[in-house]
Amino acid sequence: MNDRPLWGSIVLYFLAALVVVISVYPFLYTITTSLKSGTELFSTSLLPDHPSLNNYVTLFNGKQPFGTQLWNSIMVATTTVGISMFMAITASYALGRITFKGKSALLLTILAVSMFPQVAVLSGMFELMQALGLYNRTMGLVLPYTVFTLPFTVWMLTTFMRGMPKELEEAAIMDGCGPMRIIFSVFMPLLAPALVSTGLLAFIGAWNEFLFALTFVSDDFNRTVPVGISMISGATAYEIPWGSIMAASVIVTIPLVALVLVFQKKIVSGLTAGAVKG
Amino acid sequence: MKDRAKIAWMFLTPMLVLMVFVAGWPLARSIWFSFTDTNINNLAEYNYVGFDNYFSEYGLFGNSIFSAEFWGTDWGVSIKNTFQFSIISVVLETMTGLGVAMLLNQEFKGRTLVRTAVLVPWAIPTIVSAKMWGWILHDQFGLINQLLMDAGLIAKKIAFTADPAYALMTVVAVDVWKTTPFMALLILAALQTLPKDCYEAARVDGVHPLRVFWKVTLPLIRPALLVAVVFRMLDALRIFDLIYVLTSNSGSTISMSGFVRRDMVDNGNLGSGSAGATSLTLIIFVAAVLFLRATRVKLNEESN
Repeated sequence: MNDRPLWGSIVLYFLAALVVVISVYPFLYTITTSLKSGTELFSTSLLPDHPSLNNYVTLFNGKQPFGTQLWNSIMVATTTVGISMFMAITASYALGRITFKGKSALLLTILAVSMFPQVAVLSGMFELMQALGLYNRTMGLVLPYTVFTLPFTVWMLTTFMRGMPKELEEAAIMDGCGPMRIIFSVFMPLLAPALVSTGLLAFIGAWNEFLFALTFVSDDFNRTVPVGISMISGATAYEIPWGSIMAASVIVTIPLVALVLVFQKKIVSGLTAGAVKG
Repeated sequence: MKDRAKIAWMFLTPMLVLMVFVAGWPLARSIWFSFTDTNINNLAEYNYVGFDNYFSEYGLFGNSIFSAEFWGTDWGVSIKNTFQFSIISVVLETMTGLGVAMLLNQEFKGRTLVRTAVLVPWAIPTIVSAKMWGWILHDQFGLINQLLMDAGLIAKKIAFTADPAYALMTVVAVDVWKTTPFMALLILAALQTLPKDCYEAARVDGVHPLRVFWKVTLPLIRPALLVAVVFRMLDALRIFDLIYVLTSNSGSTISMSGFVRRDMVDNGNLGSGSAGATSLTLIIFVAAVLFLRATRVKLNEESN
């Protein structure tokens, strides 16, 4: 690999630079745009001449309750992840470590459900949400979110459960451990990385969800942040406050990008475990 | 061992109960609604209309699907848009993903940096990337239009998101930008499991690298590649949020999911919207089965 000809290296580094620019520049441009105000917003230069936090101030003092929406998103996403992880851990132990009749069929069903288009259940879910009094309530979203997160978390954790050493479980059974203790005392430390990556992917999914949040919540104060961003509007219909939209985008994205970059190894292993077998 | 099976079912019960009541039941109700003329403002009052939402004069498939007229209806157009979008973007994503994966599989200084950078588009929420690209591709103040003008490539600024000639391809481009990392990472994982000695032998024998790629690399990563394609395809076929925000669900880009939501929520026709949702599910299901058959992918390692 090291005896690459010079032109090969040049092409390689050129392509690498190109990939980096295409991946990062748009978001970098978004960040700097969010710092531009007034007419400067309409110049396409990357760096603002007079950086200001005006857009951020307007965002939190605007007619949209952005701060509340941010809090809503945090609450809904963490609750969803908490509930589905708890249910998924025990379920994936059953699917990954125990042989029983109907397991393959069940696994296939789970996979099929995780690939299901959300609109397929939209009207039935709308009725259910109204019947349960969850319509137009932020935390009501946890119910549909959990249903759409659970199959995916179970599927991923099952692949990780399968990889646990058999001897460990057998030794634990010999020592008289019940299944609950095997999961939470014996496997847990080994599963921690898998839990982190699965939890993060589930969090990202819930944080980004749009269709249900748009349909099941009608009050501005109860909305989540993605819907909030899509609805930021100016004084008139023709005046789109791009500065505020960019500021909101940055706020919503920075924590996600930071999480992904910090845990990138775990996320990559989680993604590949979830999709590629072998 | 019988006890173990009992434990398994006990552990699975909470999940199964939830799935049946919160996924199975709404699905069944949605299908039922598709045979009624329910309005979204009053779910309790409706008439049973049989297959009218599907096949009557005003039904989704009222014009035979083999006629030119059908493909001119909003529903026909949305089916066409969805498949055009899905096929083009998945093909492009697979190619760019493969390219980036091959690049990351090389040894060079700063590789970790590049791998980190590649993850950024994937980490950005879809709505944010839709808004962000909406601004970058803005018809008056957008960066891309400015760059193209400066380079002298275009004489007049292009309304990428509004002009029907460009809108769908703009959606494709943004989707490719956002999902290439996913493809690249899956393919990279597959590339890294390949045996090194194979490549050594090929190099010693002086086989052209392109031939090695076609004859060795591609066949070996094919299973992983196809699984990734299936996942992306199923995801692409249900696209909603990107189109809803980037091109405001405009007629030239509206997807099946977008059509269903517009009918169901914006127009209030819960009944016919549900018929659209049910048809959409069947269409995606058939497409998935055909694809899996054709490529013989096994999604579940235990099912064989």
